[in-house]
Amino acid sequence: MGVIVGHILLIAAQVNTRRGVPLLEEFTFGTFAEIQRAATSAIAAVRDNWVNYVALQDVRAENARLKEEVAALRIGLQQERALAQQSRVLQDLLDLKSAVTLSTVAASVIAGGASPEFRTITIDKGTDGGVFADMAVLAPSGVVGRVVMPTSRASKVQLLIDRDAAAGAIVERSRAQGVVVGTGTDRFRLDHVPGAADIQVGDRVVTSGIEGIYPKGFLIGQIESIERQSGEFTGVVVRPAVEFSALETVLVVLTPTASEAQ
Amino acid sequence: MKAAGVLIAVALALALQTTLARLVVGGSAAIDLVLVAVVAVALTTGPVSGMLAGSVAGLIQDSLSTGVLGIGGLSKSVIGFLAGAISQQFILTSALPRFVMFVGATLAHAALFMGLNVALGLRTFPSPWKAVASQALGNAVVGMIAFAIMEALPGVIERRRAGRRPRG
Repeated sequence: MGVIVGHILLIAAQVNTRRGVPLLEEFTFGTFAEIQRAATSAIAAVRDNWVNYVALQDVRAENARLKEEVAALRIGLQQERALAQQSRVLQDLLDLKSAVTLSTVAASVIAGGASPEFRTITIDKGTDGGVFADMAVLAPSGVVGRVVMPTSRASKVQLLIDRDAAAGAIVERSRAQGVVVGTGTDRFRLDHVPGAADIQVGDRVVTSGIEGIYPKGFLIGQIESIERQSGEFTGVVVRPAVEFSALETVLVVLTPTASEAQ
Repeated sequence: MKAAGVLIAVALALALQTTLARLVVGGSAAIDLVLVAVVAVALTTGPVSGMLAGSVAGLIQDSLSTGVLGIGGLSKSVIGFLAGAISQQFILTSALPRFVMFVGATLAHAALFMGLNVALGLRTFPSPWKAVASQALGNAVVGMIAFAIMEALPGVIERRRAGRRPRG
């Protein structure tokens, strides 16, 4: 019996589905995604009840504070609109207007990684929702990762902090280029920065789009520390913009990247 | 019955790892609940059950992760077998030996898992000591709690049953 099961597992591991994923992986991932979906729904129901009915203390004070915050944000928004209008005019003048508008789909995180050695999450959108492998996943605060294994109703997303993850990056202030690499911890490493590049602690690091997965200009994080030895950068640590431990909803970029479009 | 118990323990550990662990400490959870379950199964049922539990749990974990299928399965099978074999040679019923067992199993698992990955040229692990040490401690604490619950549960059920019996 064990031998038969072993053989079936081995064959399933080698046979790919139409989506290019090993049958065994698709089966186990698809099955567990459904279990995770159910578990997440149950936990969300309990949490919603708690949040909506039990933990309503200090709501009045919070409401007043939020009203003040909204008023301040409205003023800020008007200023941003004015600035945007100015930059639009300038873009038109320079004929640099980007034709890219991102099409995205929102997805809920239904599970974390099954193994602490791999930084992955499972989202509740798959190929039925137009999600395919190598699509970028973003959060309002910045870049989250990329889709590595979509099934019909769920997808596995490799977080950018995973050891095997990387993204082309640019330092926003100086336009210095590099590669942001996951370390398996809650920090990134910025590699391949030229020794002559102008980078400082606190600089914002954004995607360069050079790898053809992540759209250009999205925030990855801020430089936290810089180490130099004999004129070369030996250790540039970047603090992620995204709080990976608090991800609940993400956006999957459906728009083909520049490399795919070509 | 024994096989069903092992499967339930592994499934529960996987469900907790992927759902509750995310809610408590997010995707950066350092505790490997599946490894804790495998070692607990091995300590309570012996080397063969431990090896099978490790094999099944590791394979499922592999397929849910982005790594090569089999590396986690092989690592956890070996650890399950070794933990079960040690439990048959030594008395591991008190807290301290069990704590040491969980710490040792986590360190050995990390060495195997990382060693296989590095040997096959799949990934590198620059300065993993801090992460491995914190995982070993975390796993040991969770393992102790799991054992305390497992040992307290039958007594609680028995007391409840006794309390329900009609007097007189």
